[in-house]
Amino acid sequence: MIDRRSEEYKKRSGDRMARRYRADRRFRLYGQAALVFGALALCILMVSIFSSGYTAFFRTQVALDVELDPDVLGVAAAEQEHLSLEQADYYTVVNRAIYNAIPGELERSDRKLAKGLISNGASVELREMVLENPALVGRTVKVNFTASSDLDQLHKGNVPRDVEEGLRRINDKQLAWYDRWVQEGRVSSTFNWNFFTSGDSRNPEMAGIGGAITGSIFTLLCFVLSFPVGVAAAVYLEEFAPKNKWTDMIEVNINNLAAVPSIIFGLLGLAILLNVFNMPRGTPVVGGMVLALMTLPTIIIACRASLKAVPPSIRQGALAMGASPMQVTLHHVLPLALPGTLTGTIIGLSQALGETAPLLMIGMVAFIVDIPGGVTDPSAVLPVQIYLWAESAERGFVEKTSAAIMIILAFLVTMNLFAIYLRQRFERRW
Amino acid sequence: MALAATAFALLVFSSFIIGQSRARASAGSSGLKLHSLPNYHGCYVALWAGVPALLILLLWLALEPVFLRSIVLDTIPERTASMSEQQLSVLFSEIQNKADGAFGITAADESLTRAIDSYKSLKRTSHFAMLAVFFSVCVLCLLFARSRIAPAFTARHAVEKAFNAFLFLSSLIAILTTIGIVCSLIFESIRFFQLVPFTDFVFGAKWSPQTAMRADQVASEGAFGAVPLFVGTILIAFIAMCVATPVGLFAAVYLAEYASKRTRVVAKPILEILAGIPTVVYGFFAALTVAPYVKDTAEALGLAASSESALAAGLVMGIMIIPFISSLSDDVINAVPQSLRDGSYAMGATKSETIKQVIVPAALPGIVGAVLLAISRAVGETMIVVMAAGLAANLTANPLSNVTTVTVQIVTILVGDQEFDSAKTLSAFALGLMLFFVTLLLNVIALRIVKKYREKYD
Repeated sequence: MIDRRSEEYKKRSGDRMARRYRADRRFRLYGQAALVFGALALCILMVSIFSSGYTAFFRTQVALDVELDPDVLGVAAAEQEHLSLEQADYYTVVNRAIYNAIPGELERSDRKLAKGLISNGASVELREMVLENPALVGRTVKVNFTASSDLDQLHKGNVPRDVEEGLRRINDKQLAWYDRWVQEGRVSSTFNWNFFTSGDSRNPEMAGIGGAITGSIFTLLCFVLSFPVGVAAAVYLEEFAPKNKWTDMIEVNINNLAAVPSIIFGLLGLAILLNVFNMPRGTPVVGGMVLALMTLPTIIIACRASLKAVPPSIRQGALAMGASPMQVTLHHVLPLALPGTLTGTIIGLSQALGETAPLLMIGMVAFIVDIPGGVTDPSAVLPVQIYLWAESAERGFVEKTSAAIMIILAFLVTMNLFAIYLRQRFERRW
Repeated sequence: MALAATAFALLVFSSFIIGQSRARASAGSSGLKLHSLPNYHGCYVALWAGVPALLILLLWLALEPVFLRSIVLDTIPERTASMSEQQLSVLFSEIQNKADGAFGITAADESLTRAIDSYKSLKRTSHFAMLAVFFSVCVLCLLFARSRIAPAFTARHAVEKAFNAFLFLSSLIAILTTIGIVCSLIFESIRFFQLVPFTDFVFGAKWSPQTAMRADQVASEGAFGAVPLFVGTILIAFIAMCVATPVGLFAAVYLAEYASKRTRVVAKPILEILAGIPTVVYGFFAALTVAPYVKDTAEALGLAASSESALAAGLVMGIMIIPFISSLSDDVINAVPQSLRDGSYAMGATKSETIKQVIVPAALPGIVGAVLLAISRAVGETMIVVMAAGLAANLTANPLSNVTTVTVQIVTILVGDQEFDSAKTLSAFALGLMLFFVTLLLNVIALRIVKKYREKYD
């Protein structure tokens, strides 16, 4: 017999209670720790991307005095025709401008070093400038040229300068020239519009995501075709299909398809769309179709859920007024279910925007400089561009990769906010 | 092309108007009431004008290359007589490319020029014939449909039937996708297993898919033992689940049972953001930040670590899977009836005791289902491992060494040159088949468990 009033018992049960509450608090702490871990992981990811990426939005440029001598350019001053200006020798002009910006005679090896401070694309920049304003020929103008990636990284502080010479891409001589240029006020930094408008390039300082964004837009345009098909399939399964083994099978099949790894859809695209139907490799039209097949289950499931949420009274009311089943669905049920469906589709769209693996399978990994002009031009898309840059060895591509990630995340956030807005604005609770 | 498309769109639109006005006119002249609204008559005519013509267009486009090929190749019998099927298709695509003006090369010899010329002229003829057939079918069907319109004609039934067929066909696409996946994987895999015995593939311990491109080339024979890939995949998935399962589960339990409403409002979106980040971003994060950190830490502890370790890829993959597990288990925990909790509290149990001894056991099937789905996700994940795990097929269980996975090998084999008669390219499809069946198995089991569990408390 336990004496519940004894001091011994009270002490022991008090101890036991304290222990149990301690266990409870501990358990609670584990939960909080798990959440903190998740938040921390997100923070570290964001900080590491942003801190290495924001510099890509700025471009280092060097102001050089360019002597647009017609003789050097190879155009006679009299006939400054468009054609000859297009093919003029801007390369030499730019090189002379570089050598002139450095005091003293330069040896052959030094010239190479000097050229290494300015981007390879400088002559193209000059060409565009002159073509826009042919009157410049024969004058000496101050032009801001894009610095080479090595100088760019040094100027932004992404690579350390106070380490041994062998560990730097910029050697001591180049460093001295750079310091002199800074003192002369030649080196400046501007917002990098180029990054948004130009296509890919082998030179990090010239590479942009304009082509990839265009490719992504074209791909998503093709992807949008999956919306009517997904809605139609959902409407059929939810409203018209007889309940039998066959429709059960379709349903199980859709649920399983939603969980098939994305890379498998890439294999499907490669084997069927490219090899059997001979569609063009690496184009937005094939990419869009593969992504559409991949996301179709998501759209169907979202649409079915919102069709289910429409109360039966709506259907009964319309039927009672003499509407046919098709009219009930198209005129009454589907419009009410549309906001939920749109939300699901936008979420599917953002999945498709970030998907990479299936696109690698259908050949969207080629190095493409041109901005695609249509759905059948080979093109890159944003996530594939990120992958390609991430695999590049040059230091300058690290910030580009991070910046491209920031852009894609911005797109995703906008799309998801829009989905949330749609849900809150139009969704009705019954 | 654009002109034809515009003309077609105009034709379909005007056929709608024609149908509509014809229906109104027939009702007016006969004094009878229309069975269907004029709009349905319009739709009926428009459908007749559009659908048969489009079907014929598709058929034409599908059959045209076949006919062109046989006719064009027949014009140069002296060249094609001794050629194999494969050489013939190479020759034909060469003719096509040159005729389309790609590469800007003109053919060197006379017979090829003849073939190219005949291809060009045939193509032009076929193009015009196609347009002519297309538009005449369109107009004929339009006239036929228009002739059927009468007040008593049940246009609505016909239109609804057509629409129903469209809905049904759409729902078939999901099935067709599955069939397409299975067929493409199985056919290529069968070709692979004709070259490499099945047992060598599944039980072999050496993976080096380089095969000689030419017969006389000095290259390795190629070894297709997939065990190192399976082990690598399992290792990385295991590390990922070691991170994701406890964190995801505790997060779900905390959110469902302890958290105040305000915490939930903040914490849930954070987890959802983690779920929405593209995998290529995680891959970059793993390669740029986590992998060097893992290497430095391991070296500080005196362990040898490779710069592309399984641990780094697994950790980041685990972070990616956390929201997957937490949201699924959150659902199942919330589905546990309140009466079970109340009963437990009434017995004097603390919150954690209730969770550990009542809620989690009750929700266990659902949680197991969630974990299985997460494993299938981890096994099929591609970009993180492509960017952060290695390429060398090491048969090891050491998380600090570099391993490769099934998905990495599929990507490395298929990005770049493909030859659909070499064992190397085909092996990617065999790997894909393995991956598909393993994930399918996991999904089917998981979905069944989750469904059973839902029915239990509904």
